Amino acid sequence: MKAADQKRLLREMIFFRRFEERCFEAYMEHKIGGFLHLYSGQEAVATGVLEMTRRGKDYVITGYRDHVHAIKAGAPAREVMAELYGKETGSSRGRGGSMHIFDPTAHFMGGYALVGQPFPLAAGLALACKYKGTDEIAVCFLGDGANNQGTFHETMNMASLWHLPVLFVCENNQYAIGTRIDRSTAVTDQYKRVCGYNISSSQHDGQDIDTVMDAAAKAIEHVRSGKGPYFIEFLTYRQRGHSMSDKTAAYRSKEEEAEWARRDPITLYRDKLVKAKVVTDADVKAMERDVSNEIENDIVKFAEESPVPKVEDLNKYVLDDNPDPRWIGPLQNS
Amino acid sequence: MAELAYWEAIRRAHDEELANDPMVIAMGEDIGVVGGTYKATSGLYQKYGEKRIIDTPISENSYTGVGIGASMAGMRPIIEIMSINFALLALDTLINAAAKIRYMSGGRVSCPIVMRTPGGTAHQLAAQHSARLARVFMSTSGLRVVTPRGPMEACGMLKSAVRCNDPVIFIEHERMYNMREDVPETEFFRPLEGAEIVRKGTDITLIGYNWSFVLCMKAADMLAKDGISAEVIDLRSLKPLDRETIRRSVEKTHRVLVAEEDEAAVGTGAEIISIVIEDCFFALDAQPVRIHAADVPVPYAANLEHAAIPDEHDVYKGALKVMGRI
Repeated sequence: MKAADQKRLLREMIFFRRFEERCFEAYMEHKIGGFLHLYSGQEAVATGVLEMTRRGKDYVITGYRDHVHAIKAGAPAREVMAELYGKETGSSRGRGGSMHIFDPTAHFMGGYALVGQPFPLAAGLALACKYKGTDEIAVCFLGDGANNQGTFHETMNMASLWHLPVLFVCENNQYAIGTRIDRSTAVTDQYKRVCGYNISSSQHDGQDIDTVMDAAAKAIEHVRSGKGPYFIEFLTYRQRGHSMSDKTAAYRSKEEEAEWARRDPITLYRDKLVKAKVVTDADVKAMERDVSNEIENDIVKFAEESPVPKVEDLNKYVLDDNPDPRWIGPLQNS
Repeated sequence: MAELAYWEAIRRAHDEELANDPMVIAMGEDIGVVGGTYKATSGLYQKYGEKRIIDTPISENSYTGVGIGASMAGMRPIIEIMSINFALLALDTLINAAAKIRYMSGGRVSCPIVMRTPGGTAHQLAAQHSARLARVFMSTSGLRVVTPRGPMEACGMLKSAVRCNDPVIFIEHERMYNMREDVPETEFFRPLEGAEIVRKGTDITLIGYNWSFVLCMKAADMLAKDGISAEVIDLRSLKPLDRETIRRSVEKTHRVLVAEEDEAAVGTGAEIISIVIEDCFFALDAQPVRIHAADVPVPYAANLEHAAIPDEHDVYKGALKVMGRI
């Protein structure tokens, strides 16, 4: 990979971390409402996998921890932040919020709050890709907790049976909300669970973005070349709680958190690039300042200054707002 | 005109829409090789192939989700659920996903699916095959719910449902698949919205939908023999409801009865009577009456099942009560 691309990827991950931490701050200031699930600590997975997909062509879908996936897939960060602020300029026009970022122009088909619901939706997107005869694929990001839903098993069966071009990315962050994986799941190696559906799978370190990109490239090639679905598991860790309300101290130790903090994906990549003389410490400092400035003076500013949705538009978007009277009517009684 | 059975009308609508638009597919359990439990897709697998007529595993929630996902990428799936009882398994993808995706994406993503399913009691199918559940869908924002009363409506409304950009819950009825009616041989559409005054009358308004509409029509014949002129409304669409047609009719007849095959609580009848009270309370000359099922899981024994589910005699007696004749 070229040095320029390595620098860009490092900056992207720094950007995603700062974006999420800035959301935390805005939430504490009550500028963001509802539930907020932050991605800090897992950046290498979404950044690395989506670096290897065709942006705007391949479909991407995920759960409620969706800001970074949306931005990396191509949704403007300004619009994602405006969505969190509940503004009309938001990705979902302020109707979805943090858990429901959508950007169909980027083929980012949404974040969903129902754990495991994106599995079948992803298979459907893949079915459409295959049906239309394109070589586009669907990429479904979900956590380890989602694999205990019925949709996991039902969808793996159909995806394999119909050779659908779908890549399932399991971000195994070891916790289903606050329940540690070995307390909720009989088989903790998630990649083993799709063997019963005859789906190719593998497990990798999710903290090292180079490992993620290498593994994702192979998995994507498998899916795109018509060999059917692939299930790729990345071992990772969320540094914050499940959402803003849980106290991680109740379910995990300081030692465990410290151990994973040593394997922070941004630190790992920064050290690697410094060692390879791709960047200097001063470059990284400048990058961090630049990212902070961009988030503060462009992205947050845009969200702050954007208008809220109009109350008179409350009923827009429930059904098609311009229905064709040939199909819809209404029927007239004589 | 050609006489078609209800199931043939459904099949014809599939056939025409599959021929019209390559993005239309059909999916469901046993709909392909077998041709559908009620024959509604018979012959289509042979004509259009397995790519377009998809036999699914018995995984209602997820195959419905597959259809929804495909619709988000521009396809128009007609999803069959063999019995509305099984649709309970698919409520997550139907209600949490299909109904809400347009709204929570700010109108940027739509889910043009049709979910077809028979909902209603047939003959001694017992509690787990006799659910009606229309009220579950009609209380969900973001869905359309239609209930075709016969072959003509079934064919024309299914074609409209396929072309409509919203998720449509298309509720058929197991007792109605062999109902026959003359249907135009040339292509036609029936609109998804709007209740229809199918029989004009002056003394009482009887309101029903699919099977309960059939009961209302039979009861209207019985009432005519007593010199009572009943106006009969087929709701056609349970969501959205046509308040205007209901109001106009009740303002004319001043009396109203609603028939449904479901239990009463939080149901179609409750909703219609609320609308009547909100929109035309002062037009009423008598208390409205709801005809509905007993508040029990549907029993197997024929005599108990008969006692649990309303028939035309119940509608007739209910109407006499509204008329002050009993």
